[in-house]
Amino acid sequence: MTAAKEARQGNGHIPDLIGASVPKIDGTEKVIGAAVYTDDIQFGPRLLYARILRSPHPHAKIVSIDTSKAMALPGVKAVVTGADFPGFIGLYLQDRHIFCRDRVRYIGDPVAGVAASTEEIAEQALGLIAVEYEPLEGVFDPEIGAQPGAPLIHPDLADYHVKPFIFPRANSNVSNHFKIRKGDVEAAWGDCKAVIERTYRIPQVQHVPLETHIAIAEVTQDNKVTLHASTQSPFAQRNLIAMALGISQSDVRVVGGAIGGGFGAKAGVTMEALAVAIAQKVKGFPVKLRLTREEEFYTTFVRQGLIIKLKIGCDQDGKLLAMQNTMYWDGGAYTEYGVNVTRAAGYSSSGPYEIPNVKTDSYCVYTNHPVGGPFRGFGMPEMHTGIEQAIDELAHEIGLDPVDFRRINCLKTGSALVTGSKMHPTGLPKAIEAVAQAIDWGVESKASAPNKRRGKGIALMWKAPAMPPNPGSSAWVEFSEDGTIIVGVGGQDLGQGAFTIAAQIAAAGLGVPYDWVRVATPLDTKYSPYEWQTVASRITWSMGNAVLAAARDARQQVLELVAEAWDEKIEDLDIIEGRVVSYRSEESISLQDIVIYGLPKEGDSGWRGGPIRGQGKFMPTYVTGLDPETGQGERAVVHYTTGAQAVEVEVDMDTGKVEVIRGSAAFDLGKAINPELAKAQVEGGFVQGLSTALFEELILKDGVLQNPSFVDYRIATTADTPRQLATILVEEPQDDGPFGARGVGEHPMVPTIAAIANAIYDAIGLRISAPPYLSEKVYMAMHAAGLVT
Amino acid sequence: MSTHQINLTINGVAETLTVPSHMTLLQMLRDHLAYTGTKNGCAAGECGACTVMLNGEPVNSCMVLAPEVDGAELVTVEGLAHDSQLDPIQQAILETGGVQCGFCTPGVLISSRALLDRNPNPSEDEIRQALLGNLCRCTGYFRIIEAVQQAAQMPATVEV
Repeated sequence: MTAAKEARQGNGHIPDLIGASVPKIDGTEKVIGAAVYTDDIQFGPRLLYARILRSPHPHAKIVSIDTSKAMALPGVKAVVTGADFPGFIGLYLQDRHIFCRDRVRYIGDPVAGVAASTEEIAEQALGLIAVEYEPLEGVFDPEIGAQPGAPLIHPDLADYHVKPFIFPRANSNVSNHFKIRKGDVEAAWGDCKAVIERTYRIPQVQHVPLETHIAIAEVTQDNKVTLHASTQSPFAQRNLIAMALGISQSDVRVVGGAIGGGFGAKAGVTMEALAVAIAQKVKGFPVKLRLTREEEFYTTFVRQGLIIKLKIGCDQDGKLLAMQNTMYWDGGAYTEYGVNVTRAAGYSSSGPYEIPNVKTDSYCVYTNHPVGGPFRGFGMPEMHTGIEQAIDELAHEIGLDPVDFRRINCLKTGSALVTGSKMHPTGLPKAIEAVAQAIDWGVESKASAPNKRRGKGIALMWKAPAMPPNPGSSAWVEFSEDGTIIVGVGGQDLGQGAFTIAAQIAAAGLGVPYDWVRVATPLDTKYSPYEWQTVASRITWSMGNAVLAAARDARQQVLELVAEAWDEKIEDLDIIEGRVVSYRSEESISLQDIVIYGLPKEGDSGWRGGPIRGQGKFMPTYVTGLDPETGQGERAVVHYTTGAQAVEVEVDMDTGKVEVIRGSAAFDLGKAINPELAKAQVEGGFVQGLSTALFEELILKDGVLQNPSFVDYRIATTADTPRQLATILVEEPQDDGPFGARGVGEHPMVPTIAAIANAIYDAIGLRISAPPYLSEKVYMAMHAAGLVT
Repeated sequence: MSTHQINLTINGVAETLTVPSHMTLLQMLRDHLAYTGTKNGCAAGECGACTVMLNGEPVNSCMVLAPEVDGAELVTVEGLAHDSQLDPIQQAILETGGVQCGFCTPGVLISSRALLDRNPNPSEDEIRQALLGNLCRCTGYFRIIEAVQQAAQMPATVEV
């Protein structure tokens, strides 16, 4: 190999395009109003509109349903109920029907669906459906719900189909019990110099994508299903809907256009199956179901609530010795997806710390609340809200600075993990130093007014992609006549920049300029390559690997063609800026034309080559099972992204208002493919975390949601964004990531609530019982403590 | 159902329309005319995704009835760029990276353009104030605020 080539392609060389903050590939279409979101697609006058009749009871038996009056309303085309669809649906635990059959389990549970010629008629028809219910006793607290004798929400739990790594407890409301038994916790308490025991509660919250869920389904007379949906998971939806309806996956086509925010809400299947089920009864007509903002608040996935009970202890030097972590997750009425949140929390239950003795019980508990499911962070923001406050409290107890305490105990490369394996290379210690320095840790700053107090807080985090052991990605790279390329992917761009990352990796892997790349959109399960789901911060890493493999495959095909034509060795050839070059002969040729039409043989004796299409795939193959009794195993997850955040807050002693003055955030993402996109994720996650810390809670009274609107459920606005946020990207390479990359999409909101809680404590010496840290709650706590009178 | 005939301009194009009295401006744009750049985020005047410029003022189009816009000049996100030239605020938000999912973006752009038209050099506080009604769940607003600051420094290439 030549020296020039060695320099470009040698081990560890990273192309210039990797690490370059190129503009978003789909940015322009979004600023000119041309991006096509699902509700923007025009279906013409045959489009029907669907509305859903929902349970007004948190828990009840369905005695009877009479749809005859609704069916008789002019304009109504179909009315469906659970009687029409006996199948089960669910990702990890098949515990729900598309429409309720014999029982409703939360307020909002779908009981019947109507398709009509207008939305107004569909809505009117709902009022004509007569349902007789027999109310049942409800469960509204997961800790109570987990006890023997609690009313059973799913009496048939033991019969449900379940993935092998989920452990439901028959005849109870516990749909998963994950255990860690590492070392000997009981024996370790005696060696501890300081031990604290605390309970933290974190409420259910909503994702609040700006675009509500929407699905348009059509079923033809020959039973082919087409579903247009705002979705993070076209392929998972294809699979789950096909299984629920008992039809072939190849006869279900899911098209996913531009998506107006996901955050986990649009993973798996929620309301999309309702649209398909209704469309089955009006074959040949597209049926649109669009959730209202009110429905969005409680009838799709919400983030699970959590009661976390922690007992942790350390020795006189501050070294952590033992942790007992008991988590009761408020899983809501169905936990088909949520069971895996509780498993992820279980195998990460030490937090980002090395602790020799750990006993964990993570219980996923059915309640008669909205359905818990995947939400950015997948259990980690909730769990870290507890752990990172407890770590702070223990640091104070033993008399150590919270940053020093974390320096001593945080995971380092090679640390023993709670599941028994060793930590891979991690930049967590660097992240701690970076955020502490950026926030001027240890330096007191002056409050902006005499009636205000300032404080600083820090929190760490870790998170692994939570998924089955073998979620796959695939990709293709295809040329156009001029040598530009179209990249096919099955992962969705939720705004995080997945398409841009795919384009950068493809261009870098192939050797063409970034602006030569287009991404094949919209995603379409009929044409796009397979991707499990756009979740778990796995796309840059997993789909990125598939795209890189596809680009390299295409590159290899080009080089083989030219090598044959020029009678050279492939090793002497390269593709640079869209031209094939020879380091030996110093000849070069443009990719234009040759990638489609091939090259002529000498003397008009024929042609060689043909249209080039590269293919690539990636799937982790090394994740092992864990012992169901101890949670120990060889390799629980693919990798952990780690990070730290620090904040400075100001508390108004007259009103209790908490303002986040500034923040710092550092995450180890292995390698930033596009640093500005990565920083944008850190910023957006920080403010989403801030919003859940200060404002957000689904206020539920006996299962009734009190605040399903933006007025009563406030999210952060421009008034709340801190004036200053330092974002630091730490790069400790991932051994099997594309150019060393691992994900960072979810992580920035994981430590935020705890960092703010710790800063509030630093400011006023109080811990507020539970987020959100609303002004009135903080003021009342200060009043009760005698801080204000 | 009573209907009204209205005359207005949408992005400079004159239209004569017959609209039902209960139809909102948002419904008229999206469902009647397929101007789908304007988004529906709540239909309750709370999120700002449907913001359009009505006679130079940003309004939530879900809170305006279509018959009310008789005689009006309306600008939607589709009307910000001309002859493949982006408005400075569009260019700036691309450069600062203030677009993620893009669903709030049309409303953000209209509110920002309206601000810059009435106040070409807004302070950061004035920008935050002008965008209070435009909810964004992705960006944390940092790069949106920065985009408005940047656009204020750029020459205006379009008159709206």
